[in-house]
Amino acid sequence: MSKVKVARKSTLIDMTAMSDVTVLLLTFFMLTSTFVKKEPVQVATPASVSEIKIPETNIMQILIDPTGKVFMSLDKQADMVETLNKVSGELGMSFTPEEVKIFRIQKTFGVPMKSMKAYLALKPEKQDEILKEYGIPTDSTDNQFKTWVKCARATNPDLRIAIKADSKTPYKVIKDVMNSLQDLRENRYNLITSLKKESAN
Amino acid sequence: MAELQTNEGGGKKKGGGSKQKKMSVHVDFTPMVDMNMLLITFFMLCTSLSKPQTMEINMPSNDDKIKTEDRTKVKESQAITLVLSGGDSIFYYTGKPDYNDHNSLKLSSYKASGIRSLLMSRNTEAVSKIDVLKQKKLELKISQKDFTEQVAELKNGKNTPVVIVKASDRATYKNLIDALDEMQICNIGKYVIDKIGPAEFALLKNKKDALKQGNPAK
Repeated sequence: MSKVKVARKSTLIDMTAMSDVTVLLLTFFMLTSTFVKKEPVQVATPASVSEIKIPETNIMQILIDPTGKVFMSLDKQADMVETLNKVSGELGMSFTPEEVKIFRIQKTFGVPMKSMKAYLALKPEKQDEILKEYGIPTDSTDNQFKTWVKCARATNPDLRIAIKADSKTPYKVIKDVMNSLQDLRENRYNLITSLKKESAN
Repeated sequence: MAELQTNEGGGKKKGGGSKQKKMSVHVDFTPMVDMNMLLITFFMLCTSLSKPQTMEINMPSNDDKIKTEDRTKVKESQAITLVLSGGDSIFYYTGKPDYNDHNSLKLSSYKASGIRSLLMSRNTEAVSKIDVLKQKKLELKISQKDFTEQVAELKNGKNTPVVIVKASDRATYKNLIDALDEMQICNIGKYVIDKIGPAEFALLKNKKDALKQGNPAK
């Protein structure tokens, strides 16, 4: 009898401790996590020894891919809407409330204004696919990038500009972006880099 | 759940009751753990724990209204100009170059023996002083605030070199970051990113032609 009882008890593993640990871990991850933002292009940032961390809020990120396409993202949805309204006002366009609603939830945008309406009408899966093909025009004849930055700044004066570019991006593109920013007297900005593995010396 | 039912069935006897009560305390946590593990996995995969590093830079204003006499002037002896070119090559000249002689432009590299040792040798005073400060900070003799203040002061001291970074269109973003990185490593406080002028461009071209012909003049 006693033997059988012992055998039965041994099958029951006390999971309470295990559960405690997992809940703790879960809480940790939930509190510390910042979700990975979906970006239209994969960008490998160059490494640097700089150890300044980027602030979390009020960031306007400028994403530049190796071929020189420029995308932008703002971290607040309210700013996105306001900025879109300002930009469309400046370029003499108007968007329906539905289109604004779709734009609001975009993680990253980078479509020339003349294709914006057609783009917003697409299904979300299609949008992700097609966004890679676009990019905000930065050339001197039609510098919509400048307009976007100007309007975003007007919307939120505390905005910090962060440039995230691929390490293989030609300097020419960076120069165009930097020149546009300089023209707007945005002389302070951050360059996003990854941490260098080797030590400084 | 099954345990709870047995508890209801045999709750009359005292001795047996106490035993069954012990059983009823055992709640099976396995599904709970399963679910938690799943959630943890989800969070681990979907989050970026490390925030990206960043470099702060201040660019000069593009404003044409600033008068030439108001612009900061750089002592010729303190100026070093880095010219970043395509193919991960880097050139430098000190002071003012002789635009007719490509020998004034010198080839260097991004390695520690290249541009870093040059900048270090030009900035020995500040570097050694900052090293002393770092040591002091490690020994907790000065506070973080004092440390940053003093480092900033040393970096912008009177005899520190001024570095001008000029990148040609064929240089990559990585080259630029590497160059700016060297400023941090070598504790140079005064540096600026400038546009490459036609004169420098011609000089660079001459230099490259000379290098191609196989007479790397030094």
